[in-house]
Amino acid sequence: MAMGDLFDKFQPIIDLRAGLLATGAEDPFSLVMERVLSPTQAVCNGRETILLGTYNYMGMTFDPDVIEAGKQALDDFGAGTTGSRVLNGTYAGHKAVEEALKDFYAMDHAMVFSTGYQANLGIISTVAGKGDYIVLDIDSHASIWDGCKLGDAEVVPFKHNDIEAMEKRLKRIPEGAGKLVILEGVYSMLGDIAPLKEMIRVAKENGAMVLVDEAHSMGFIGPNGRGVAEDQGCLDDVDFVIGTFSKSVGTVGGFCVSNHPKFEILRLVCRPYVFTASLPPSVVATACTSIRKLMHAGNKRAHLWENSRVLHKGLKDQGFQLGTDTPQSAIIAVIMPDLERGAAMWEALLKEGLYVNLARPPATPAGMTLLRCSLCAEHTAEQVQAIIGMFERAGKKVGII
Amino acid sequence: MDRAATAEKIAALIEPFNKKGVAIEDGSSFAGDLEFDSLTVMDFVAAIEDEFDIIISMNQQAEIETYGQLVDAVVKLRG
Repeated sequence: MAMGDLFDKFQPIIDLRAGLLATGAEDPFSLVMERVLSPTQAVCNGRETILLGTYNYMGMTFDPDVIEAGKQALDDFGAGTTGSRVLNGTYAGHKAVEEALKDFYAMDHAMVFSTGYQANLGIISTVAGKGDYIVLDIDSHASIWDGCKLGDAEVVPFKHNDIEAMEKRLKRIPEGAGKLVILEGVYSMLGDIAPLKEMIRVAKENGAMVLVDEAHSMGFIGPNGRGVAEDQGCLDDVDFVIGTFSKSVGTVGGFCVSNHPKFEILRLVCRPYVFTASLPPSVVATACTSIRKLMHAGNKRAHLWENSRVLHKGLKDQGFQLGTDTPQSAIIAVIMPDLERGAAMWEALLKEGLYVNLARPPATPAGMTLLRCSLCAEHTAEQVQAIIGMFERAGKKVGII
Repeated sequence: MDRAATAEKIAALIEPFNKKGVAIEDGSSFAGDLEFDSLTVMDFVAAIEDEFDIIISMNQQAEIETYGQLVDAVVKLRG
């Protein structure tokens, strides 16, 4: 037998994948979008497809003002900065997008990272270090877990959205230790929201600082699109809001906004901010334009919510099992009986001309296989009806409904 | 509570998660012998934490592989 090597630990997933592909299924994790026609349509694997698995919630990717701003910045500032934010990588555009974020959230400070992943990695690992305690929801995003690991703090998870479990753990932390509670506004796998108002009250009563990841709520939840904390009237009690440009904003990048008076020092001590190249000028220009337009997007928000309600009801009426009883966000998760039928359903939908996200453990809670639908403000009412029809046909073909 | 009493209490808490009825000894490992997956570990740790009113952080969990090690850790955390 050949000697093994460091790749032996990947054998179970290699086998699982080979088994799935041997059934003749199209590979759900190697889809190529050959042409992108609009925020809601693309040519995927040779087929014209409705996109229902992107995070392009507000459809800003093809906004003419956004594109124009990007082109202009490319002409004026070049293709990239080739440097760190703290050395040669801060251009006028980086400051402008931070100003736009401060205006959007009505907060004192904004720090832009190269990705949303790095924003969580950087802020969490820098703020909570050795000897400090992080109390976090067990269903937190991978970037949050990785931030915890990088920072060396004591990591204490609690059951998803369980206020009592969180409170018990906070009360057991040794006196005098620093405490950070980490929550998300929308949990992206099932599309459910957190009872932030209660949780933040309990966190504050127990002397913890609070970080809320609002990646999946920015732009359309809350009166000004600032997220779930704004919607529940507790944004003022949040110490750090983490967000991303790669969802509603429509490009790539991550950020943290805060009112903490000493916030700016993080620029010098946060390694994932310092030791990486800053975003290209065209990206920050598109983000800046998009964020400012999102401040006045009331009609789009209303249409996105309408889409979410119609799709949720349509799928529920057909007998699909959904991640939430009511539509709570722009994500509607359809629960599959197992990975095999989940992959078959995913493929049947793709052949119908619909792209959704296939999500499976370890990304999903409780070992679930999910088909995650994320709606866009640019999906028309007709497209949503077409989507419901595709689900019906595919669901019957695969035998799920 | 002495070590024996703590051990007994932990053994009782393992029971609902011990689907195959594996005999528990100090050397029994959670991942190998008891076949706990990550979801089971989470529920089980929460049960231990609530029973003894302690925190077993993920960092500490990484050092605990067997029943005997868990008993020792709980005794120590209880002071």
